[in-house]
Order: sequence, then structure tokens, then C-alpha cells
Amino acid sequence: MTTQEALFQYTLRIADTNLILAQRISEWTGHGPFLEEDLALTNIALDITGVAKSLLEYAASIENKGRSADELAYFRNDRQFYNAQITELPNGDYARTIVRQAIVDCFDYYFYTELAKSKDETLMGIAQKSIKEVTYHLRHTSSWVERFGDGTEESHNRAQQALNELWQYTGELFEMTEVDEILIKEGIAVDLNKVKEKWENHMSELLEKSTLAKPENVFMQTGSRKGIHTEHLAFILAEMQALPRMYPDAKW
Amino acid sequence: MEDNKFEEVFEGKLAKNEMVEPKDWMPDNYRKHLIRQISQHAHSEIVGMLPEGNWITRAPSLRAKVVLLAKVQDEGGHGLYLYTAAETLGISRDELLNNLHTGKAKYSSIFNYPTLTWADIGAVGWLVDGAAIMNQVMLQRTSYGPYARAMVRICKEESFHQRQGFEIMTHLSFGTADQKAMAQDALNRWWFPTMMMFGPPDSESPNSENAIKWRIKRETNDQLRQKFVNQTVPQVEYLGLTVPDANLKWNEAKKGYDYSEPNWVEFKNVISGNGPCNKQRLLARNKAHNEGAWVREAAQAFARKRKEIYEAA
Amino acid sequence: MSDNQGPVWEIFLQKKAGQPFVHCGSLHAFDKEMALQNARDLYTRRGEGVSIWAVPSNAIVASSPEDIGPFFEPSNDKVYRHPTFYQIPDAIGHM
Repeated sequence: MTTQEALFQYTLRIADTNLILAQRISEWTGHGPFLEEDLALTNIALDITGVAKSLLEYAASIENKGRSADELAYFRNDRQFYNAQITELPNGDYARTIVRQAIVDCFDYYFYTELAKSKDETLMGIAQKSIKEVTYHLRHTSSWVERFGDGTEESHNRAQQALNELWQYTGELFEMTEVDEILIKEGIAVDLNKVKEKWENHMSELLEKSTLAKPENVFMQTGSRKGIHTEHLAFILAEMQALPRMYPDAKW
Repeated sequence: MEDNKFEEVFEGKLAKNEMVEPKDWMPDNYRKHLIRQISQHAHSEIVGMLPEGNWITRAPSLRAKVVLLAKVQDEGGHGLYLYTAAETLGISRDELLNNLHTGKAKYSSIFNYPTLTWADIGAVGWLVDGAAIMNQVMLQRTSYGPYARAMVRICKEESFHQRQGFEIMTHLSFGTADQKAMAQDALNRWWFPTMMMFGPPDSESPNSENAIKWRIKRETNDQLRQKFVNQTVPQVEYLGLTVPDANLKWNEAKKGYDYSEPNWVEFKNVISGNGPCNKQRLLARNKAHNEGAWVREAAQAFARKRKEIYEAA
Repeated sequence: MSDNQGPVWEIFLQKKAGQPFVHCGSLHAFDKEMALQNARDLYTRRGEGVSIWAVPSNAIVASSPEDIGPFFEPSNDKVYRHPTFYQIPDAIGHM
């Protein structure tokens, strides 16, 4: 694998994680638990769709085969997507949506903090911009995790159940492959072991504050680094990509 | 002060084009009319999020996706500004929502029509928002302060919405033959429902007279409708599309277009619950509200536990 | 516990550092942190401010319309509170 190929895949991985999560949480727009929160979650969806767009544009330029960012988003099949599986899971109830978001926000926070030191200037720039957004996302979702954890018995149970179900998908976030190896040597990619430790500590603190139990000894799911997904992704893409694929010669 | 003295002050304010503020005395039917109108307007924004939100996950480009997300979110924000304006009249958000969820309160009938294709997202932005803006611009000078101020903010933010819709229509109309057909089909389906948005003909509009006297409204339904047609026809021509009205014709004498009235029987039916999506829209609002109940309760319980809240409730 | 939308808060925005905080609208929130976050998400979507105050509506004390006379009219004839009341010799110029 060349550095260029590695960089292409690495960029797609970050882009897809943002794109698919945005796709999921934007399902809440117009259906939130109350109006103010509806708008707040939509803001997060907007931010991360924006990040996905910048990254896909960069991926397209790395690939340099004349494919645009939109073509990467709308004309790849599920086996060519590298988003973490946790992002493609159905939203479930609001506790599940928030817990998942907090898990990913927390990961992103430490990940972008490291990526902001990348020797790749484009990734560095995108990371620097994203840190500000993600700092706010994490603050927002963390405060909701706390409210659910220490709110009513029902909200506590819902949040705990969400954690128990989602935890098996957190291992994937820190998996490193040949792609990472090549790019770490070049000073481009992030050593995810470093991120993992910070993420673990942060999550432990947040869950404790929220009176929630951190799941232990969980068997971790894997696959997305190889483009292997849950059954949900193909449905997401079928919906997302329908129009451009129906009219492949059209411009929108 | 005696009641008639209050009334004198109130009438004086209207006469001087001054704003009425929440703590000012106002006649009961003025208050009632406002609550009805502002809350209807708020509900329309909120229900309006549904037909457009319907296409967020299917927007055909990344750019279109962020634009649509931002737009639908804006509609939610506008609903929120309006709810808080209505609340200054002494009715709570809970009560307002309850009126919507039980079907007691109305919202703009236009949102009971389905968004079937991507071109509908263009047509809604271009035609529906275009029609709404005509009402809204006039409402920036309405007599009730909080309503007028909400409308100023809304108009400022809305200004990109109609452009967004027209941009979609432009891409489609100058795109492939399939795309152009999609645009024409959307125009065919949205033209008359949009015309209905201005309300029944003046001769049959029961609330108009007071509304104009109170400066809650400043132009009549028919005046606005005519203005909309005059403004929109050249845009249709630019797109190379056809208005689905065989009677549409320039009338030099009135310096405006003659046009066919929309089907008022259909209008009445849609208002009274028989439109294609009435039930679905109300169901979606009720579902979101009911499924959000435990979230709101958790937030309330948490606030009490942590005493973070200034005994505000 | 009865379901509700939470208390109403009044939001004040500072447009730029050094400028006064101006009322921009209201919203609902269940606690202080939520009030701030909601204000941020609702009222600064287009970069309208750099700082937010959130105040529970019921903490605001307001004057009544009837107060207009006794509260505000007496100050109208206190011309000596304004600089234009005083004469400064031309030779001094700006003061």
C-alpha cells in the first residue's frame, strides 16, 4: 500500500464516520423530544455533515481520479465505506442517541486534538476547526448523559441499557491497521492508543458523575476498517444514495 | 383607570402606529385573535418541518443536505420565537402544544400536502416560503410588539429560504429532461395549494376586518394573492415551466394577471382534516411529544436534584 | 411529576466584546446549563454574539404601563442634566 492509498483510506474513514452519524442523527430533525433540543441536535448534525464534506473533498483530491466528494458519498457501496459501526446503528430512543453521540464526541475530541498536530496540512486544518465544534458537542451531550443518569429511574435505566448495548462497538474506534502504521511513520496519522487512554478516563469520569456503570469485559465487534458493517449500513445508503443513482447523469 | 379610559389608550396607540406591549391593556378579543394567529403561525412552522425534513436523509448532494438541514432547523427556530411571543399573552407552551396535538389549533393547510419528489423541496422553498414571506413582511409592522419583533428576526432569516428553493428549481429546470419534468410536476401540484395559503376570498374571510383594524394584518387575502401571482409568473417563465392554469393572462387594465381561483372545496376539506397528510402530520407531532415526555421529566428531576434551577418553574 | 416544557428564560446577547447585553428573545430550559446551551443553539446560529446572559423570566421585575407618567415624565424637565444646558465660551471650544 502506498502512502497515498493509505491517506485516501484514512481520510475516508474519518469522513464516513461523520457522514453516517450525521445521516442518522438528522433523522431526529423535526421529531426531537422538545423544540429547543431538536434544534440543538440538528446543529450537531450540521457541523458533522460539514466536516464530512470537507474530508470527502480532500479524499477526492488525494485519489485524483476525477471523482468528486459527492461521487464518493453517493456512488460507493457499503463494502467501500469505512465508518465505525457504532455510527450506523439505529437511533433507538433519545438516551441511546445521546449516549452514542457522547461516546463519539469524546473520541473525536481527543482524536482531533492529536490530528491537529498532523504533518498533513489539510487534515491538521480540518482537525483544528473541528476541535471547537466537538468541544461544544461533547459539552452538550455530556450534560444530557448526566441528566439521564441522575434524572428519573426511567431515564437512568434507558441510559444504562444504551451503554450496555453500545459498548461492544467502542473497540473499533481504536483499531489500527496497516493504514495507520504507514501514516504514523510519516507523522500524519494519530496513535489511537494514546486517544484510547484519554477517552477511557474521560468516559469513566462522565459515567461516574452520571451514576452510570461502565460496562466491563465486553467482547468488541469489529469489521469497519475492512468495510464490513452491520446490516444497517446498506439500508442507510439505499436511502441516502437513491436519487443520484436513479439519475446518474443529473447534477443537483 | 376605568375600562373605557384603557380602551382609549389602546385605540390611541393603534392610531399612532405605536406598538402594544404585553403588559398594556388590550381588549379581550384582540388578545384572543392574536393568540390564535400567532400560535397558528408557530404550529405551521413546526408542522412545516415534517414535509421538508422528509428529504433531509435523501438530499442528492452534500451541499443540498446541509442547506436543507439548516433550513428545516430555521423553521423550528421560527416556531420557537413565535411560541414565546404567544406566551407573552398569557398562554403556556404546554397549552399551545396541547391545542396542536389534540387538533384544536390549526396550522397552515399547505403542510398537509406531501413532498413526493426532490423537486417538491424546491417548490416548497420557492412557492410556499415565497407566499409566506409576503404575509410575514407585512407582519413586521404588526401592532403587537413581541409578534412584530419575532417577525423581524424571522424575515431576516427567511430571506435565504426562498432563494434556496428557487436554486433547486433552477438546477432541475436547466438540468436533464427527467429533472425538468420533475420540476414541472412539482409546480403542477403546488401552484394551487400555494394560492390557497392567502386564505379564502375577501368576500368570505370572517377574520379579516378586525385583523386589519388592529394592524394584525395589513393587506387583504385577495390583495396578497394577486401580488404573489404577479411576482411569481415571471419566475416561472424564467425557468421555462408552465403555470398549471389555462386562464392565466396578463390584464393590462389592472396591471396584473388574471388567474383561476383555487378549488375552495378542496381547501375547506384540507382544513377540516381531509387533506392527504393531515393525520400523518398530527401523528408525527404527537409521537415526538409523547416519546419526549420521559426526556423532559428526566431534565426536570435532574434540575431539582442538583438545585441548578433558580426556582423558576 | 407533571410533564411540561420547563421554565421560560430571557436571553441577552452581547454582540461584540465591550458592547451592552441586549435582549434578543426567550426560550425554555430546565436548568442553567441547558438555558445557556439552548440560547447558543437558538440565538447565535448566524454569529450574532460573543457572550450570553440567561435569566429566568420570573426573576425579572418590570414597570407597568401605568408607571409611564410618575416614573419617566418627571425627568423630562431636568434639562440641567444634559450638557447642552450649559454655555461654554467659544474660546474654550470643545469640552
